[in-house]
Amino acid sequence: MFDFLTEYDILGAFWVTVQLTVYSAIGSLIWGTILAGMRVSPVPIMRAFGTAYVNIVRNIPLTLVIIAMSLGLYQTLNVALGGGTITTTNFRLAVLGFVLYTSTFVCESLRSGINTVSVGQAEAARALGLNFGQVLRMIVLPQAFRSVIGPLTSVLIALTKNTTVASTIGVAEASLLMSEMIENESDVIGLVFMTFAMGFVILTLPVGLLMGRVAKKAAVKR
Amino acid sequence: MSTEASGSGDASTATTPPMIKAVSADKYFGDLHVLKDINLEVPRGQVVVVLGPSGSGKSTLCRAINRLEPINSGSIEVDGEPLPAEGKALAALRADVGMVFQQFNLFAHKSIVENVTLGPVKVRKISQSEARTTAMELLERVGIADQADKYPAQLSGGQQQRAAIARALAMKPKVMLFDEPTSALDPEMVQEVLDTMTSLADEGMTMVVVTHEMGFARRAAHRVIFMADGEVVEDSTPEDFFSNPKSDRAKDFLGKILTH
Repeated sequence: MFDFLTEYDILGAFWVTVQLTVYSAIGSLIWGTILAGMRVSPVPIMRAFGTAYVNIVRNIPLTLVIIAMSLGLYQTLNVALGGGTITTTNFRLAVLGFVLYTSTFVCESLRSGINTVSVGQAEAARALGLNFGQVLRMIVLPQAFRSVIGPLTSVLIALTKNTTVASTIGVAEASLLMSEMIENESDVIGLVFMTFAMGFVILTLPVGLLMGRVAKKAAVKR
Repeated sequence: MSTEASGSGDASTATTPPMIKAVSADKYFGDLHVLKDINLEVPRGQVVVVLGPSGSGKSTLCRAINRLEPINSGSIEVDGEPLPAEGKALAALRADVGMVFQQFNLFAHKSIVENVTLGPVKVRKISQSEARTTAMELLERVGIADQADKYPAQLSGGQQQRAAIARALAMKPKVMLFDEPTSALDPEMVQEVLDTMTSLADEGMTMVVVTHEMGFARRAAHRVIFMADGEVVEDSTPEDFFSNPKSDRAKDFLGKILTH
């Protein structure tokens, strides 16, 4: 009954899902932090850019963002992101799409975290002679991050599941294999479905538990 | 208002500018006129205590001196330099002006000694080890060297405020601003902070202290400035101010404060 499992590279497909998630998470964290910095910066043009970017990008459906990467960036503008084969190109395009999209949620989580840091912390840092970048980097962001580990974990879990959208541009992650198996193994369709559902739970559940502990440990006592 | 420096023995000569100089400084919060035509000169080494009822603008004045609150018109100079606009020059000036806040504002995610070394290392570019040595000396001096590796939330209010004073002193400031440093403290912790401030005053530090501690004003101040409704109403020596207040506002204020 479980013969079908050995005929397909399910682990390989989930490995692609993991890779998509990890690269996208790192990129989103970096770009999201920069966006949050822009949104609280004293320079009006940076604030305006950050606000416009977040409000536009997070309101576009992810499927459209990912398809735009493939149809717009790659097929129209010939941006291949240095990928030699179509497989690596599509993978990189998908990661870029996830970063552009997920960073808006990272930015907004982080911004709510920045609001939990009292104004006095930044004032004391400025009074010492630290500049805006130093105040943000050394005083405000470290405290903000610790208070938003919970919300950021939700963003990470959402991202893990969102990587299934990469199948729309042919990235061979878990859900693409699932579609293929549903077509070929229609007699065990329920099992196929359960297998992949469990696969995602196995990926995300430990992340949630681990991050819950990290959040408790990292909490700043006030 | 008069601008003569009263009370202090350290008269500034024509060649050395006063440490702090405000000329017709005005500040508004929306429609509220919180600083009205403030003229003030603080010579080197003088300890000025700013008194006044709440809402009189004394905290705003203190914060305006290092431009945490920018003024709307007039000018403020520190050591002969007009306050620059936000940016590198202002950061450099703030590094020379120590500030102690009512709420301590120690960096909550850093240990006490890290709080004290941060400024010297990141702003003054002093080596970590040298900064740590200086920090430990300062913490010793304010009496909390044994708390160096704890986090702010683990200390009492009085200890936190003394750590905050050590953090400000680590920058080797030319002048220290105290914005109600004992107002958030439990009564039994007020004295330890005042003692630290008194010893600083005895060492010749230029200080501007916004406070409600009349004992400190009598004991350590060279000069008392009384503010009400955003104006400097009286500017005299502590002895004169407490025994012989001239304005009705000051008499009323002292009457309310000294009866309990």
